[in-house]
Amino acid sequence: MARMWIVKGILVALFLAMIMVGGTELYRHRHFDVPVVAGPGVTKVSVLSDYCPALKGTMADTAVFFLEGKDKGGKVLLMANTHANEPEGLLAALIIIENAIVEKGTLIVIPEFNHSASRNTRPGDGYPLYYEIKTEWGKKKFRMGNRDASPLDQWPDPDVYIHYPDRQLLSFIDARNTNRTWPGRLNGPRMEKVTFAAMEIMRREKIDVAIDIHGAETMFPVTNCIVAPEKSQKIATMAALTVKAREGFDNHVEPSPAGFRGLSHREIGDFSDTLPFLLEAPIPFLDQPTGPKTVNLLLDGKDPFLLSLSQKKKLFVPYDESGWPLEKRVGQHCSVALEIMRQFSNKTPERAIVAQGIPRYADIVGNGVGYYFHDPKKAQKDKIYLGL
Amino acid sequence: MPLIMIIYYILTICIIGLVVWNFAREKKNIQDLILYLLVLIPLLLRIIRVK
Repeated sequence: MARMWIVKGILVALFLAMIMVGGTELYRHRHFDVPVVAGPGVTKVSVLSDYCPALKGTMADTAVFFLEGKDKGGKVLLMANTHANEPEGLLAALIIIENAIVEKGTLIVIPEFNHSASRNTRPGDGYPLYYEIKTEWGKKKFRMGNRDASPLDQWPDPDVYIHYPDRQLLSFIDARNTNRTWPGRLNGPRMEKVTFAAMEIMRREKIDVAIDIHGAETMFPVTNCIVAPEKSQKIATMAALTVKAREGFDNHVEPSPAGFRGLSHREIGDFSDTLPFLLEAPIPFLDQPTGPKTVNLLLDGKDPFLLSLSQKKKLFVPYDESGWPLEKRVGQHCSVALEIMRQFSNKTPERAIVAQGIPRYADIVGNGVGYYFHDPKKAQKDKIYLGL
Repeated sequence: MPLIMIIYYILTICIIGLVVWNFAREKKNIQDLILYLLVLIPLLLRIIRVK
């Protein structure tokens, strides 16, 4: 009998040690803050809960940066980290926040749209908890997030997610996916409140253009593209043709399917006057048949299995030994976003948006992503934003 | 916190109680003891709001 209690004591001690070691790492990841240095163009910083008070005090609340020009013009909303395991969106948004100066119109940036997902991880898939970007002043450390919000912030999952308001049946996991919960509702699950808050921004601020930045697998047909509904397609096509001609990279246009509900590029257009665009850049890290999900794979996109598949013509993008590095993905997003703004401004000059200081594809590929981040230690304290 | 989430946390605490009770009462099988502890990991991590 006494022997059994000794065995139980040893097992409990081992169990508690396991919980402490593993749990501490996960706790630290969830509470790790990335400092953001607001650039000279940032005129105001708001939060999502200003547009949906039910989000106040929750992990779903997140910062909304306003870059307002001296001259009145159009308004653009840029959302990144809708899926927090597609970091090129976040990095492009932070480059804009730290460097852009808007001369005409207003640029509103939400760098971590699904803030809860950015504090979630996917240990079952061997995701790294963090990644680092080299800068001129050292390395800047970021959390690697997950596609969906953390169950700590929205639980339980339903058996089937019934989309509001179309009642289309979606996968249960999509209840926590902020690219399936559009247009959202005030009294819905928390992720529907997040998309509802973004719709409120669009309605109250009279947003002309909404750009949702993503990354997609190289084996997924909707990759390396601009997804646009009918009313955004002319601008998307002009932007795709212009970046191809002027900057030499492909970014074709994909139509937003009318029968697939809950996606930003569909619901924003259907439920507001805003023109929605969703940008996709290829991210080999997300493909299933790759080697280990390492930080190197995330950053340089080099994988021997994808290379082999590319030679068998199984990928939807060109792929060689150079992989698909982060610089190309972030550069594409910055250039395409700039081009969409330029094309919209050409079409509606009275609602033009003119911004300076945002690097284009060639700049970011040449200088690297970290070149555009500022050292938080040298920045004024009132310019540093934590909690991202 | 929504009511449904509070109910799920209460359910989780109840299940943890049952598993701990079974662990304490187990007198012979060490494999069962290990199994009880493994089952407890996700439940405990959820209750302490870590994962």
